[in-house]
Amino acid sequence: MTSATDSTVAPALGSSSEGRIARRGWEAIIHVFLAACAGISVLTTIGIVVVLLVESLQFFREVPLTDFLFGTQWTPLIKPQHFGILPLLCGTLLVTGGAILIAAPLGLGAAIYLSEYAPRAVREVVKPLLEVLAGIPSVVYGVLAVTTVSPIVRSLFQSDSIFNALSASIVVGFMILPTIISLSEDVLRSVPRDLRSAAFALGATKYDVTAKVVVPAALSGIMASFLLAISRAVGETMAVTLAAGATPRMTLNPLDSVQTMTAYIVQVSKGDTPAGSIEYRTIFAVGLALFCSTMALNLIAQWILSRMREQYE
Amino acid sequence: MSRNADIHSLEIKRSYLGSSLFGWLCAAATYICIAVLVGLLVTVLVNGVPWLSWTLLTSFPSRDPAKAGVLPALAGSLWLIGITALVSIPTGVGAAVYLEEYANSSWWRKLVQLNISNLAGVPSIVYGILGLGLFVRAMSLERSVIAGALTLTLVVLPIVILSTQEALRAVPSTIRQASYALGATRWQTVWLQVLPAALPGVMTGVILAIARALGEAAPLVAVGAVAFVAFVPQSLGDEFSALPLQIFNWAERPQEEFHGLASAAIVVLLAVLILLNTGAVLVRAKYGRRIKW
Repeated sequence: MTSATDSTVAPALGSSSEGRIARRGWEAIIHVFLAACAGISVLTTIGIVVVLLVESLQFFREVPLTDFLFGTQWTPLIKPQHFGILPLLCGTLLVTGGAILIAAPLGLGAAIYLSEYAPRAVREVVKPLLEVLAGIPSVVYGVLAVTTVSPIVRSLFQSDSIFNALSASIVVGFMILPTIISLSEDVLRSVPRDLRSAAFALGATKYDVTAKVVVPAALSGIMASFLLAISRAVGETMAVTLAAGATPRMTLNPLDSVQTMTAYIVQVSKGDTPAGSIEYRTIFAVGLALFCSTMALNLIAQWILSRMREQYE
Repeated sequence: MSRNADIHSLEIKRSYLGSSLFGWLCAAATYICIAVLVGLLVTVLVNGVPWLSWTLLTSFPSRDPAKAGVLPALAGSLWLIGITALVSIPTGVGAAVYLEEYANSSWWRKLVQLNISNLAGVPSIVYGILGLGLFVRAMSLERSVIAGALTLTLVVLPIVILSTQEALRAVPSTIRQASYALGATRWQTVWLQVLPAALPGVMTGVILAIARALGEAAPLVAVGAVAFVAFVPQSLGDEFSALPLQIFNWAERPQEEFHGLASAAIVVLLAVLILLNTGAVLVRAKYGRRIKW
């Protein structure tokens, strides 16, 4: 196509050969510029990995990897220092687990309603409304957790900890709902119509068709949406920092104050920790753990989704 | 015979009842979500509106809740989203154009694409750590507006790229072929035909990305931005605060008054967000209908 442009059409437009060369040079410059733009994304990933690894490696020179991974005490800011990440991991799991317990049934129910039951007009109003939940900044959920959710939780369960994992779970649950709803709805809709028609033809009720045919056919995609939602909850920062507190501990009691990996990074960043100290390097080590866990969840979810797309296309 | 039919119809009735019950349950789940959304917005308004005042918009943060305001935070946020937009729009759109219109080699394209969708899932605080290591320390930009804005740019780039790609894909290939047939070069085709046609979609994505940048606090905290800044930033090298940071700072304090201020600041933040989103809707309504393939 380009050769045709150069040999016949360009002279017809009345441009000199110098103009043509200039234009070709311009095209090449633009090509390089655009490629560089795309390259930035690759550089970002490399940058993340390098920055996290460089500081983490220096951290692990002072703290053995086994202590970091299996230690049950996390007290890097007070003496005696302990660098076991398990309490932070436990806090993250407690908050995330609670959030998914809230978001999974509500999200799946809403996705089924929107894809199988709701009239078109309802769907077109409700879907964008639910997207609003995802557009509200994380810090807003944090404020709500502190001012509204936590007092309710405390009076319901007669507990006295202002900061607790449960109120964090509740707000994070609603933050990740849109992820589950929109992705699950997409996969439910991508289930071929023939399957539904065949089930109806066999005399199945709407419930039978939905619960025994459509949902099982879309199950792997629904699982992928749960994984992506979990990954979002693990990386969720401001709401969790405000609501769950700053007490790293090994507990499964949702009424306790805990500290998540993200909340710890915020805690250190707020203070004036000198660069190069071991306390400063902990945020890179924790960041690395965070990056690896969310990345693993995302990759698995994407792999499931791409396999499912192949199945139905 | 007739008894048998009765049992049969009873069974059908029961299964139909169960079936519609299931439908109601699913509908209930949907409406609970909407009720929570409404409840959330109402709560913020009820807590925040009594604290809204002219003082709030024109004052500096203070220990006295009655005198405290969001002026430096609001100014900081406007600086941040301005620079983030300036940097992320050309690079994001450029990357999307490259992937959709230029990239030939499929493995490189696939690699970049996979990379971008992964970056979209990286928690924003991790970008903050990258900003801390790269912009604040390695490039020694310190805790400046430019370091914060560049960090936010990295956070929103995947959003700009993915939404632009979608808009470009929606432009029919006949437009490109017609342009090439008239002798246009590849860049002329992209710049004069494809991009104008994709503009509404691109704009919508860009506005969503800016809205995201406006609400992000975590990467700024990691970069080391402080909420107590007693001046409005004048240049790229100045220290800064931002609305979400100020909200975070107030929400962390134990006094009730500051929680009220935090809610009022949220009302300000949501007002700016709603303005942005209305802009997106208007852009789509104005330009979206003009083009019919």
